[in-house]
Amino acid sequence: MNEATASDTRTGDDAKPMIEIEQLNKWYGDFHVLRDIDLTVAKGERIVICGPSGSGKSTLIRCMNHLEAHQQGAITVNGIEMTRDIKRIEQIRRNVGMVFQHFNLFPHLTVLENCCLSQIWVQKKPRAEAEKTAFEYLERVQIADQARKYPGQLSGGQQQRVAIARALCMRPEVMLFDEPTSALDPEMIKEVLDVMIELAQEGMTMLCVTHEMGFAKTVADRVIFMDQGQIIEQAPPAEFFNNPRSDRTKLFLSQILGH
Amino acid sequence: MNDQSAYRTDMIAARQAPDQRRGVVGWLRANLFNGPVNSVVSVVVIGFLAWCLWPFLKWTLFDADFLGSTRADCTGDGACWVFISARFESIVYGFYPEAARWRVDIVFAMMAILVAWLAIPRLPYKRWVGLFALVGFPVVAWILLSGGYFGLESVPTRAWGGLMLTLVIATVGIVGSLPLGVLLALGRRSKMPFVKAVSVIFIEFWRGVPLITVLFMASVMLPLFVPGNVEFDKLLRALIGIMFFWSAYMAEVIRGGLQAIGRGQNEAGQALGLGYWQRTGLIILPQALKLVIPGIVNTFIALFKDTSLVLIIGLFDLLAIIRAGLTDANWLGFSTEGYVFAALMFWVFCFAMSRYSQYIERRLNTSYRT
Ligand SMILES: Nc1ncnc2c1ncn2[C@@H]1O[C@H](COP(=O)(O)OP(=O)(O)OP(=O)(O)O)[C@@H](O)[C@H]1O
Ligand SMILES: [Mg+2]
Repeated sequence: MNEATASDTRTGDDAKPMIEIEQLNKWYGDFHVLRDIDLTVAKGERIVICGPSGSGKSTLIRCMNHLEAHQQGAITVNGIEMTRDIKRIEQIRRNVGMVFQHFNLFPHLTVLENCCLSQIWVQKKPRAEAEKTAFEYLERVQIADQARKYPGQLSGGQQQRVAIARALCMRPEVMLFDEPTSALDPEMIKEVLDVMIELAQEGMTMLCVTHEMGFAKTVADRVIFMDQGQIIEQAPPAEFFNNPRSDRTKLFLSQILGH
Repeated sequence: MNDQSAYRTDMIAARQAPDQRRGVVGWLRANLFNGPVNSVVSVVVIGFLAWCLWPFLKWTLFDADFLGSTRADCTGDGACWVFISARFESIVYGFYPEAARWRVDIVFAMMAILVAWLAIPRLPYKRWVGLFALVGFPVVAWILLSGGYFGLESVPTRAWGGLMLTLVIATVGIVGSLPLGVLLALGRRSKMPFVKAVSVIFIEFWRGVPLITVLFMASVMLPLFVPGNVEFDKLLRALIGIMFFWSAYMAEVIRGGLQAIGRGQNEAGQALGLGYWQRTGLIILPQALKLVIPGIVNTFIALFKDTSLVLIIGLFDLLAIIRAGLTDANWLGFSTEGYVFAALMFWVFCFAMSRYSQYIERRLNTSYRT
């Protein structure tokens, strides 16, 4: 009986989506980048977004923490609806971690300071506590020994792991990744993917723009294919890779898996 | 042939880097006399420099007179530095009453300590010292210099002069134009049309007029616009004009730095939930200002030297007071000494700023790789 209630509340919780996007439309000037996007991401869900260059993948995930403003439609993150109100936007951003293609670490701050900055200034934590949290996450991405170095002294893979730790330090509910491995040399891609796989296995809600199809097959609950600003197809990875329905998906898959 | 394997199993031990220092002789050999052509060029250039500099050194040092108190003490063919030493007090303090000069000394000493404290990285409590330097010190300095409080005899700004006045103008100009320039640069990049328009107009106006005109307007025109009975200190007017003028230059230098910071930095800050002022103060400005240190210091140096333009509105700064001394009937004919000395004083301050900026740049450099 107790058990039933517990699992009931959990289903109740799971049922509340982490991100809900309805009829999202966005233009750059006259250029229609995102067209009628509908997307619901459940808590703990891991989603991989792929598609040809210029299809609007980055734009879509950047709308989720309002790095880009949309013109039509609704975005709700963790129960908070996105408006133009900066207070509300900042509230959403506190729940959403983001990792960029080019890391975007702060080069004038050490690795540790990079991880503490927003804890201290946004969460108003005392420095000692912030550093403790920072070390905890730096440990998890296995780079705690570099904490006193500057980003410029680290390799690309190390920098990207620091960027992941920096985002995690805010204890976000969702993590957004925008091509986190595509600026890296091949031998560094694995160390970053390993961290992301571990994160996925811990139950983090993740949206990940990537062309690493191995990663998609391993961890994704759902793969989304975008083209020309639309979601063309979405399916669990097995189905997505083995029998894609649309011709554009087939073409895309043959291009990236073909050789 | 032999049974040694073709690969090694142990690492080659790290060795000390070869010694790069070779002493004076080594340096000379490596830099000036490394080959016949270079040796000849070096000899010729050194000879030419000696030939040019020799008369100057002879005049300023070897044939010069340093000791004494009147022009009769100058017997050599060289410079008569007695002219400077005899007038030294007025060069430093201007017309400041002799009895009150200890107040200027205190301000000088405080300023030297504050600058040194802020400039030497090892010393602690930077934040508090910096805060005092920006807020407390100007008040204390103003009270001490102008008097009128706590039983201190009042000294009107028209009695200020010499090095003291130059330093007051330069310090106020530097300390005022930097923050104002930062705000203007941020304003010019603002998305708010009103803020942007005000910043652009301000910058373009002040940058478009010559400093002499600014000073002239501040001293002659401004009084025409304010009601006659409002006493508005001439020095204060000049200070405001200088601050506005240089803040426009500063704004453009800083804007260059802001533009060099990639969009990604701001976005990373946004994604972490930092607000506009936090992103600006913690992420963007520290990087942008560091990038444009050479430009900022360049502007400081120009500002420092251009303080001497206040002489056209009747303020007697370092240069003006030396010039005034040239007309002293007892000391006619020593203008070369006067100008050389003024140049030396300006050069010492500007060179110090330049060296310090280079040191800071090296210290702040964290971009070991891009
Ligand atoms: N600031 C902007 N102004 C105008 N057009 C833009 C802007 N940013 C992106 N675009 C355009 O919008 C389209 C979608 O861009 P987006 O960056 O979302 O693509 P993407 O799917 O992430 O591509 P990629 O795989 O190359 O990163 C592109 O055609 C791009 O040229
Ligand atoms: Mg992209």
